[in-house]
Amino acid sequence: MQPGKGLLMIQFDKAHKPFPNGTTAVHDLTLDLPEGGVTVLVGSSGCGKTTTLRMINRMVEPTSGSIRVGGKDVLEQDAAKLRRSIGYVIQQAGLFPHRTVLDNIATVPLLLGWGRRKARARAVELLETVGLAADAGKRYPHQLSGGQQQRVGVARALAADPPVLLMDEPFGAVDPVVRTQLQDELLRLQRELNKTIVFVTHDIDEAVRLGDRIAVFRTGGHLVQCASPAELLARPADAFVADFLGAERGLKLLSLTTLEEVAQGPAPEGARWQLTLDAGRRPLAWRDSESKGEAEIPVRPLRDSDSLLSALNESIAAPSGLVARVDADGVLTGVTSREDIHARAGQVHSAASTVAA
Amino acid sequence: MSVDWSWIADHTDDLTTLTLSHLQAALTAVLLGLLISLPLAVLAHRVRRLRGLLLGLSNVLFTIPSIAVFVLLLPVSGLTRTTTVIGLTIYTLVVLLRNTVEGLDSVPTRTKEAAKAMGTRPLRTLLTVELPLALPVIMAGVRIATVMAISLVSVTTYIGDGGLGQLFTDGFQRNFPTPVIVGVVLTLLLALVADALLVTLQYVLTPWNRRQKQGA
Repeated sequence: MQPGKGLLMIQFDKAHKPFPNGTTAVHDLTLDLPEGGVTVLVGSSGCGKTTTLRMINRMVEPTSGSIRVGGKDVLEQDAAKLRRSIGYVIQQAGLFPHRTVLDNIATVPLLLGWGRRKARARAVELLETVGLAADAGKRYPHQLSGGQQQRVGVARALAADPPVLLMDEPFGAVDPVVRTQLQDELLRLQRELNKTIVFVTHDIDEAVRLGDRIAVFRTGGHLVQCASPAELLARPADAFVADFLGAERGLKLLSLTTLEEVAQGPAPEGARWQLTLDAGRRPLAWRDSESKGEAEIPVRPLRDSDSLLSALNESIAAPSGLVARVDADGVLTGVTSREDIHARAGQVHSAASTVAA
Repeated sequence: MSVDWSWIADHTDDLTTLTLSHLQAALTAVLLGLLISLPLAVLAHRVRRLRGLLLGLSNVLFTIPSIAVFVLLLPVSGLTRTTTVIGLTIYTLVVLLRNTVEGLDSVPTRTKEAAKAMGTRPLRTLLTVELPLALPVIMAGVRIATVMAISLVSVTTYIGDGGLGQLFTDGFQRNFPTPVIVGVVLTLLLALVADALLVTLQYVLTPWNRRQKQGA
């Protein structure tokens, strides 16, 4: 979904910044980010994505060009005040090891002069928002797991309710399972808060998952393409972007479409593979009716909200090529054939590649 | 060599006075050393070019024999407590400066960056992030400086001060071992107690470094 074309929240105008060694970090970047929505900056290391992010809150200053946040040039504002008005989630959380979790979260409110009691009350509230238990507040960062520390990092960035949130590879240091959880949490939070989020990652799957818009950078600080995930995957601007998106970019496109519009029918009678159900009509397994024994293959029923990619996967895994469809309560609603899923996948592909440019 | 217990009993008041005087000289020197070394260390930490100069200079000062330092100070401040304190302060400075710089260096860049990115100004970052995190290394320096100052006070007997050191000259001159033994024991006790108090102080000041986990 493209976010609404309201106010331009962040505007880069020919922003330029060399690295200390003389090579270019960011090359004359011109990019407008509308209010609300997640923009993901991707690219390999040294492509200038982190430098771009850090120019927004003046942690890095451009040598030429300008950056405006909320219409105001960042270089014309007091740097410390600007930074307090922008949430920043740092790589590996970057928490203060000598402050308790609550005090870490209360950092910016205290700097803004909210007073201890109000800042603490806000911190307690945010613990719950990011899904941490209240007793975690009294602990020190080193007493938490990596994933919990990352949640504290997000809570700290949200403390003063800034309109803009900068996230610099925030989930890079946690294991894949926790990363997926944190990504889900971020998407949930974003649905509630609708911040303007700028997110840096080198993981294209993370970018497709989280981004409303993805900006691909190439070494030398060039912005190559900025588009919605669907457009990017279907119509990469050049060979570099196509290469960066990888050989499975067509499959990634399917991860953006849900199963909702794919037809389903009743489970076939008398076929070799029969779907077994429990008393509440929830699918249990595929049973081989031609086998004498209890030959069963596990079934992974899908809901309308599941992606076309997971349906494709299940249609390959299921012995009959049929995908079991269920409602929100897990009750069987019907089955969809491998052919129907393939047909839909093809439609999605051609639709995405022929959208008027 | 036996201890004359009656001498000790007869001189408890003197011993108390000397102990307190000894402690006062040492502690004043450490406090002054801290006051001077903190800003210098911050300067040495921030300005790379000053770093080598300041640390080198303090090393040179350290190589001057202690007696010589006090003798050199005589024309300036005479046979006074001031001379004692200045001399001792010079010695504590070396240890405190080096450790404070190392302590500030040990603060992770990521943590300082985080403070900056949250909108903390440099002075506040120094006071509320860098110094607290440097505290364990600084305190290690304070402990060494304190013990060193306590042992060095005795040297100033040669310029008419000396605290418990006066007991040594007294004992040697009269060939009477009791004051010497008492002086050594009291100096040792002072050093041990001071060190224990500093360890406790550090424990109180750095709750995040305690090993036990609440509710974990």
